[in-house]
Amino acid sequence: MSVIKKNAPGSNELLMGNEAIARGALEAGVQFAAAYPGNPSSEIIGSLSQVAEEMGIYVEWSVNEKVSLEAAASASFSGLRAISAMKQNGVNVASDFILNLNLSGVGSGGLVLVAADDPGALSSTNEEDSRFIAKIGDLPLLEPATFQEAKDMTKYAFELSEAINSLVVVRSVSRISHARGNVILGELPQEKKTARYDTSKIFIPVSAPLRHLALHMKLNKVREMYESSPFNWYTGPEKPELLMITSGSGWFYSLEAVRTLKLKEHVGILKIGTTWPLPSKLLAKHMANAKRLLFVEEVDPFLENNVKELAAEWSPEVGSWSFYGKSSGHVHPFGEINPDLIINAVSKVMDKPYAPREAGYGQKALEMTKALVPNRDLSFCAGCPHRATFWAIKGALKLDGRGGFVTGDIGCYSLALGPAGFFQVKTMHSMGSGTGLATGFGQLHKFGFDQPVLSVCGDSTFFHAAIPALINGIYNKSNFVMVVLDNSATAMTGFQPHAGTGETATGSPAPIVDIEKLCQALGIRVETCDPFNLQDTTEKVLDLINEEGGVRVLISRQKCALVKAKEEKAKYQVHVDPEKCLGESCGCARLCTRIFKCPGLIWDKDKGKSRVDEVLCTGCGVCADICPPSAIIREEN
Amino acid sequence: MNLSKDPLNLIITGVGGQGNVLASQLIGRALVRENFYVTIGETYGASQRGGAVMSHLRISKETQYSPLIPEGQADIVVALEPVEALRVIGQYGNASVSAVVNSRPIYPTAVTVGEAEYPSLEKIKQTLRDLTSKSWFVDATEIALSFGAPILTNIIMVGALAGTNLLPLARKTFEEAIQESFPGAHLSDNLKAFDRGVELTKGR
Repeated sequence: MSVIKKNAPGSNELLMGNEAIARGALEAGVQFAAAYPGNPSSEIIGSLSQVAEEMGIYVEWSVNEKVSLEAAASASFSGLRAISAMKQNGVNVASDFILNLNLSGVGSGGLVLVAADDPGALSSTNEEDSRFIAKIGDLPLLEPATFQEAKDMTKYAFELSEAINSLVVVRSVSRISHARGNVILGELPQEKKTARYDTSKIFIPVSAPLRHLALHMKLNKVREMYESSPFNWYTGPEKPELLMITSGSGWFYSLEAVRTLKLKEHVGILKIGTTWPLPSKLLAKHMANAKRLLFVEEVDPFLENNVKELAAEWSPEVGSWSFYGKSSGHVHPFGEINPDLIINAVSKVMDKPYAPREAGYGQKALEMTKALVPNRDLSFCAGCPHRATFWAIKGALKLDGRGGFVTGDIGCYSLALGPAGFFQVKTMHSMGSGTGLATGFGQLHKFGFDQPVLSVCGDSTFFHAAIPALINGIYNKSNFVMVVLDNSATAMTGFQPHAGTGETATGSPAPIVDIEKLCQALGIRVETCDPFNLQDTTEKVLDLINEEGGVRVLISRQKCALVKAKEEKAKYQVHVDPEKCLGESCGCARLCTRIFKCPGLIWDKDKGKSRVDEVLCTGCGVCADICPPSAIIREEN
Repeated sequence: MNLSKDPLNLIITGVGGQGNVLASQLIGRALVRENFYVTIGETYGASQRGGAVMSHLRISKETQYSPLIPEGQADIVVALEPVEALRVIGQYGNASVSAVVNSRPIYPTAVTVGEAEYPSLEKIKQTLRDLTSKSWFVDATEIALSFGAPILTNIIMVGALAGTNLLPLARKTFEEAIQESFPGAHLSDNLKAFDRGVELTKGR
């Protein structure tokens, strides 16, 4: 049972940060939720989708982040509370709408945008601090530091949004969104509002300069509200030797550093949950008691630089300070922060030595294990259709011999940058950008460019951002092949359904937007293949790259192996015939385990032969086709 | 029941796809039932596809801790895969750490390719004995295979952890958490798997 719908106020539950955010929205009486999946934000709308029917709310997976926020805004304009959630890249995609919506204002229903950042790029291509959107958009910002706050702040964000008719941004990070902790549940409201658009109202950004001025006045009002917010608190001595100023996940690490170094009597922590606009009076009050400040926050020095700006205005009346943080190098301005980093930063500033464990043990443990532990490279799952598609592409490009290459974008198939996909993908940026790049490469023949270009994109990415690039290519008569890796899922982010899967976010049947028919309607050549049929796929790729001129599309269609394993029995039983496998003497140079590298295949060093790992093998049978002496046997189940 | 240390730091490690997240959630739920503060930090993202993964559990009666355990501060390591136990202990171990380790290797591609060696189980055991105060080796995957469901490895390992009595939790609390996590058809298999796991370490 999903915990987020539990009608048990006061109950103590273990919730993922994203579930806590979803619960906060439910406690606020949210009626409309829309998002495009992207980690670390996916479970916010994902968990709401699971309870949508029962809670009587509308939840959708939108085609991209901009559309998701637009859809949510319409509910706000019609008087309903609405939420959209996205990862940092999603904020970029939605930013054009956000930076007009700030001027138009929202409707009578509160509208909340959750931006979940991924410090350290644990599940992202880029590292980025999305708090910038609050500053350039003059939008109120809230940053939860605990799981409880993730819930409580989200609920409050709706109230704040309605109080000032503005979009409110809640910024989370991976270590809140994707971590789990205790949350005490609150009340779930029973009342539902009726949606109606008041036609006497208009939502437009013109006259922009006047609205911009009005927005600044709204923000001043928010600043006053933030001065007494329960999301800001101080813990520590009255006159600390060091004042740590922190937000978000930095709060946990700051607390741990002070505890670990036993500096409770010396170091204070000012935890700010309302980070834009900053509660300047509250900051001045605490900063007047300290001479040294250490900023602890994730990704950019947002808090740090904004507080410095205030300090410059106050100096010298309120005081002058030594600043420690990202600028001073005590906290690095890139990657994730963690308890060790903050313990060491405080240790350095306070000149209090810290050793995590007995030095002799630490060195011994590192040396003994380092010598034994092999690296674990990322790879496509056993039976992943992407491996087969890239094997076919590799084979076709080699046969073609003109130095063809692949431009890619974001999804599981990004792994084709490395050995998992035989180093086939050469570029990776934003959603759909492989196809956008291909449209440009496809114009370079006038400058002597004669290499075949293939772009790859996933099925969900196709709908998200690749369609405009495809149309650009067709309109401008660009020369390239677009390969749609259709695995019938948004696999990387947790198998969410999308426009092509025939299912909505809440599990009801949906019309299938057929990629094949859509491409055919654009008047271009479209082929489909099953990547598990290597020969057919290779031939089709070769034929398509040989047909010079215009855009051609290949849809490589085979279900994600992880989805398939849940839905159906394996097609084949696969084993290696030890009589036929010639090992090192074969001449294949261990093609199956050394190059093809499906995790379901193992090189048995002792026996000098390959074998199949029965735990990992999914029975796709593709490896049987790559073994030169046909030693890999597949038998239909 | 009381914690042997506050916070008690537990790491569950393995390879993406082995069910780390589920195991950590199950233990976390059981602990929250007993009114502990529990924070769990997981490895997310691309590593879920065959990479080395970890779940950090911080358990306390006093406060909510961060989802990351500082270097050298693990008290218990549960490894669903043997070399992952070594990898974690290298970074997070200390002289008093305990380890419960599944004996079934999942070879990294570097090993199947022949670029790297996978250490012998004997060598892994010996190293762990050197670096831990106590370690248990269990054949969880073999038992899971005997159930016809290798995915049960994680529940068997949770059982093996329960059998060590390193956590202040009674069997009944685990049982309730398992019921909460697997309300459907898989409940009885999971309970059986859990109990088989307990037998592997109990009194040893």
